[in-house]
Amino acid sequence: MSKNYWRLIKTSVFLFFLMPFLGLIFDAIYDQLGANPIETLHFTLGDWALRFLCLGLAITPVRKIFKQNWLSRFRRMIGLYAFFYASMHFLVFIVLDLSLSWEALVDEVPKSPYILMGLLTYLLLIPLAMTSTNAMQKRLGKKWLSLHKLVYVAGTTAVIHYLWLVKTIDGEPIFYASLMFILLSYRLFNYFKARWRLSA
Amino acid sequence: MSFKLLSTKKHHLSHEITDKRVFENRRKIIKAAAGTVIASLIPAGVKAETKKYADVPVGPYSASLVSTDYEDVKNYTNYYEFTTNKTDSTVLARALKTSPWSVTVAGEAENTGVFNLEDILKSNPLEERVYRFRCVEAWSMVVPWIGFPLANMLKRFKPTSKAKYVEFTTLYNPDIMIGQRGNVLEWPYVEGLRIDEAMHPLSFMATGMYDDELPAQNGAPLRLVVPWKYGFKSIKAIVKIRFTQTMPATAWNKAGPDEYGFYSNVNPDVPHPRWSQSRERVLGASIFTPKRKTEIFNGYGAEVASLYAGMDLKKYF
Repeated sequence: MSKNYWRLIKTSVFLFFLMPFLGLIFDAIYDQLGANPIETLHFTLGDWALRFLCLGLAITPVRKIFKQNWLSRFRRMIGLYAFFYASMHFLVFIVLDLSLSWEALVDEVPKSPYILMGLLTYLLLIPLAMTSTNAMQKRLGKKWLSLHKLVYVAGTTAVIHYLWLVKTIDGEPIFYASLMFILLSYRLFNYFKARWRLSA
Repeated sequence: MSFKLLSTKKHHLSHEITDKRVFENRRKIIKAAAGTVIASLIPAGVKAETKKYADVPVGPYSASLVSTDYEDVKNYTNYYEFTTNKTDSTVLARALKTSPWSVTVAGEAENTGVFNLEDILKSNPLEERVYRFRCVEAWSMVVPWIGFPLANMLKRFKPTSKAKYVEFTTLYNPDIMIGQRGNVLEWPYVEGLRIDEAMHPLSFMATGMYDDELPAQNGAPLRLVVPWKYGFKSIKAIVKIRFTQTMPATAWNKAGPDEYGFYSNVNPDVPHPRWSQSRERVLGASIFTPKRKTEIFNGYGAEVASLYAGMDLKKYF
């Protein structure tokens, strides 16, 4: 397929993935974020960060199982979208929820294991986003792959962050935890399969 | 909905009126247009006439609080009997039939049995109480409740000297309350108070709010309001009241004994094991307004602190 064709597809997908964010901005402008607008912004952005993280981790298994190699063309964009939504989620927390107050941060964050888990997740995503360019990929060579395995840890801490936040564990946090478990089990299974082959 | 919006505008433009009520009505319609479809589509004029409790007098303890926007209080409720989503409960709870309604009174009292809600309401004169409401999830609002002091009602049942606690139970009906089909909590929902807490003049039984009947999602037709405790103590849709000698096993305490104590008094110095309780998000404020510092006993310390004299509030949280 032609380069222009892929460019068009990629631009469309890019705009499509931006829609949840634009939707929130629209809702904010038209006062439609509900009774607790900060919570709506905060939770919706967090949901999307987690969804993109899952989507990014689903690319490889789906690509291999269904032999759809073209899917890997979207992996970087999806990963960067996960980082984008996580960044917005983090910004809403710091700027709106804590109102940039150091006192509030010291008061609240150490008492909240789920927030610490969320911050850890975000910290893990930063080096991945920063080394996402072609140039960085080339420069790091084999180390790049090892570094980007950090996303498995981030996926795990992200679902723990969600499970620790809710009052009762039902529906959504269980769904994402199960999905993440399946996506990471695929890697674990492949890892042990490869090792077994080597030793056999 | 856009049709209604247009017609409202047109009508009032032709008469060149833009009073506050029209403005608010228009605002409500705009709000409703994108959010959940709610009863606010009824023009404000009609609504004002049907307000059932408009003439109810304001009772004590209500000074100097500004009520949260009615729409926010109506559309942000924790009602796990229906769903764990705070806005979906508005729609789901509509299936609940709140009339006729009866309350079973049992346990350590002389006057037990089944009482019609109508009779209970007739024998307890209604008043309005504007109270702070602080959720354990660290958000708060101010609600003008319509109801009567809990003590007034309980005294009529003549609790005996053995009655040390009062246990309240919510309706159990998984056909209607679809959240009860799952097991996010042990059903039916049970809450309780020590008898002196229950008899305290702040403890309130609500059957309405904002001069009108309680919306189903806010706990119709009869709910408890204990303003110095976290919101989950203020049990909704009560069908049973039991006087007991021993401390009732309450729903949230059973679900998480380390997280939700029997007392659950609002206390900024006792964090929930998984989050701080030192601040609260006040609903209705601008998104740039910082959270408010939570007050001990939700600001009702002068009235209720003596109930807990000598008790270690960190141990009995």
